[in-house]
Amino acid sequence: MNLTAIRAIFMFEMARFFRTLAQSLISPVLSTSLYFVVFGAAIGSRIQEVEGVSYGAFIVPGLIMLSVITQAISNASFGIYFPKFIGTVYELLSAPVSFLEIVAGYVGAAAAKALIIGVIILGTSFFFVDVQIAHPLAMLVFLVLTCISFALLGFIIGIWAGSFEQLQLVPLLIVTPLVFLGGAFYSISMLPPVWQTISMFNPVVYLISGFRWAFFETSDVPIGISLFAIAGFTALCLAAIWWIFRTGWRIRQ
Amino acid sequence: MSAILNITDLRKSYADGFEALKGVNLEIKKGEIVALLGPNGAGKTTLISTVCGITTATSGDVQVGGHCIQREYRAARSMIGLVPQEINLEPFEKVINTVRFSRGLFGRPKDDAIIERILRQLSLWDKRNNQIRELSGGMKRRVLIAKALSHEPQLLFLDEPTAGVDVELRKDMWEVVAGLKASGVTIVLTTHYIEEAEAIADRVGVIARGEMLLIEDKDALMARMGQKQLDVQLSQPLDSIPEALAGYDLVLGEDKHTLTYSYDTRAERTGITKLLQDVSKSGLVLRDVVTRQSSLEDIFVDLVHADDGEDAA
Repeated sequence: MNLTAIRAIFMFEMARFFRTLAQSLISPVLSTSLYFVVFGAAIGSRIQEVEGVSYGAFIVPGLIMLSVITQAISNASFGIYFPKFIGTVYELLSAPVSFLEIVAGYVGAAAAKALIIGVIILGTSFFFVDVQIAHPLAMLVFLVLTCISFALLGFIIGIWAGSFEQLQLVPLLIVTPLVFLGGAFYSISMLPPVWQTISMFNPVVYLISGFRWAFFETSDVPIGISLFAIAGFTALCLAAIWWIFRTGWRIRQ
Repeated sequence: MSAILNITDLRKSYADGFEALKGVNLEIKKGEIVALLGPNGAGKTTLISTVCGITTATSGDVQVGGHCIQREYRAARSMIGLVPQEINLEPFEKVINTVRFSRGLFGRPKDDAIIERILRQLSLWDKRNNQIRELSGGMKRRVLIAKALSHEPQLLFLDEPTAGVDVELRKDMWEVVAGLKASGVTIVLTTHYIEEAEAIADRVGVIARGEMLLIEDKDALMARMGQKQLDVQLSQPLDSIPEALAGYDLVLGEDKHTLTYSYDTRAERTGITKLLQDVSKSGLVLRDVVTRQSSLEDIFVDLVHADDGEDAA
């Protein structure tokens, strides 16, 4: 295992994060604060409690998930797409590193960035609402797994993308709707039965549900199924990446 | 000298059926500088990319320092440094950071003393904290070399290191290459510029259409294939070559004042003495006599064109 290489990629990617600190950190924190103001304070004051939790606090896990998923995808997809775009990918391909090491470096960095943002948003939420975390360890496990699995998805998107437009396409057209419709701002039980059934096909429902359980011990689906869903999603992404490197798809001629 | 690179029957075909490499064989010895010459699309970059792991070979065997590039890719790639043709660098990164990154990527522990030595060797030390976008084209190319050297490779590939570089900078680059050779690095470079191969290479290979047409010691190649021309310049113009000189295969220049005689420098008798005697007997008055040696460029053009002719036939 070329640990030095993993560390080099990780540090190089993190350096980009800190170099563009305003963009990397301030903008997600600012937009999340706006969500709290609009959904939590303005609209939330007119909504009753959801499953025994005040609406402002209820949306905290969903908001964190929204940011974490978006950030993990965009950081990981950009992280690997940019070297392809400017041509520096030659160095990765000619280095004595395995696909696992490349993935560990890029996905690790993207997940770490998303995690930092998630923790900061959680911290920010304390200024707006009273949030209790019933199972801090489970919360952390869900957060970390979500960061990693969506960074893996972002990595695949970055490998697949042939242009900056395509790089934005999947997050914009698929991921954002899935997250919004995954119960970030509501409980699935508030939907009509038909939509409840349809929602069960949305993988993000399981993540948000599990994450919310770690906070309030209320969930749309049993916690075990949530864990199983995120583990399955991670395995699926890993298998896709293994196939990409094995065949050299879109990176090695 | 033992071989550091062994390429056997290397073939590369793309999905559209294009054959970029058609069974290339090549052996590079430790410590030498080999220049690979070839026209655009000859397969030079594909050859380098395949050895370095950027492109996957269709068939054939490549060993670097005795390590197979596929089965023992870690050991093989650790020995190789690659300077690509295009200037591929992160514009917003600092020079020193990008060089450190390359060293780490190749699994070598952080060593600022080595990075400093490399940057000084390439006259980049003063620019170490500059962002890459602030550097000139020549400096950026040096950064690429610094990155390739950061993990102390034994075999360095330079893919057209002086393409689009002005004459002064090119000579500068040749000095860098000579310095690298002195430090024990084996160098394989591709180039369009024959003078570059002539100036710095120990051996010269010629590639065209995915085939290695020849690989030979540069001096031996030039001596073997080196034809010399003798231009006999006359005081009076000639309409045709006199009968007495018909056996020399002379060419009358367009100015009607020059007779050109080609001869082999290695031949026992060049025929010059007899030619000059016969010229004198023919009553022609000489104004000047000049000799010219064919350059590597002429040899190269001859080879590539001869190959064209075979293809056409």
